[in-house]
Amino acid sequence: MILQALAFYLFAFVAVASGVMVIASRNPVHSVLFLILAFFNGAGLFVLMGAEFLAMILVLVYVGAVAVLFLFVVMMLDINYVEMRKGFLQYLPVGGLIGLILLVELTFVAGAWVAAPAAVASIPIAPPEQVHNTRALGNVIYTDYIYLFQAAGLVLLVAMVGAIVLTLRQREGVRRQSIARQIGRKRGDSIELKDVPRGSGV
Amino acid sequence: MFEIGLAHYLTVAAVLFTLGIFGIFLNRRNVIIILMAIELMLLAVNINLVAFSTHLQDLVGQVFAMFVLTVAAAEAAIGLAILVVYFRNRGSIAVEDINMMKG
Repeated sequence: MILQALAFYLFAFVAVASGVMVIASRNPVHSVLFLILAFFNGAGLFVLMGAEFLAMILVLVYVGAVAVLFLFVVMMLDINYVEMRKGFLQYLPVGGLIGLILLVELTFVAGAWVAAPAAVASIPIAPPEQVHNTRALGNVIYTDYIYLFQAAGLVLLVAMVGAIVLTLRQREGVRRQSIARQIGRKRGDSIELKDVPRGSGV
Repeated sequence: MFEIGLAHYLTVAAVLFTLGIFGIFLNRRNVIIILMAIELMLLAVNINLVAFSTHLQDLVGQVFAMFVLTVAAAEAAIGLAILVVYFRNRGSIAVEDINMMKG
């Protein structure tokens, strides 16, 4: 039990500290790397809560895909980040005030929270302990939530198509191979036979 | 202190969410950091969902967290694509330049 508590405090502390570094670090590349660290520790918290499948998905999706995407974009765009940080402290008071208010409110909610009796009563039977998390999740997703699962896949498809359509561009002045034009050429388009009399030029 | 319960996880999630909000205020000019702050907030929401799912012994919370993850990935992809197109057109990603497009 004490080991679990220690692991929790370690993960929570590192997650919060790297969250601070994400928003406070000068270099956006460092921000992305700290975001990766925050997600790793979030995955650790998930494991502690018994959601192993979601923890693996978090590492896979965020560290493997989203963070690398961020890293690519940060490195690809040629931006003067020092210029961007002007006025960094200008919004500190109002941001701090709003953040403090929000934190106090969220703490109140977490402190005063009770489960509604109707909600507790409506919960289906708890999954038996011998079924591990991934299997139990699969049993729920592929039966009760199959339509939502398919819809999630559709969302990803639309996002992929949208990202490709947004970033695709046709540049002017680039010589491209056009197979249709190559095949559609006739003999007469490019070859002309001339009868040249002997002794005189073309 | 050593008994980790629901309140502990909710506190961590609340702190992370607040950090996300704070980050948006702090980095008002840099869209990339704002997107990262949004990802941080979504992580906090996911921690909340999974904590309640574990507390109530109900798997639906984890299913919903997975959908949140899906939408977050799609949002990051689309947001960064828009960012790249915007940078191509204007040569900057400052937030205050965006209202100059008037589109």
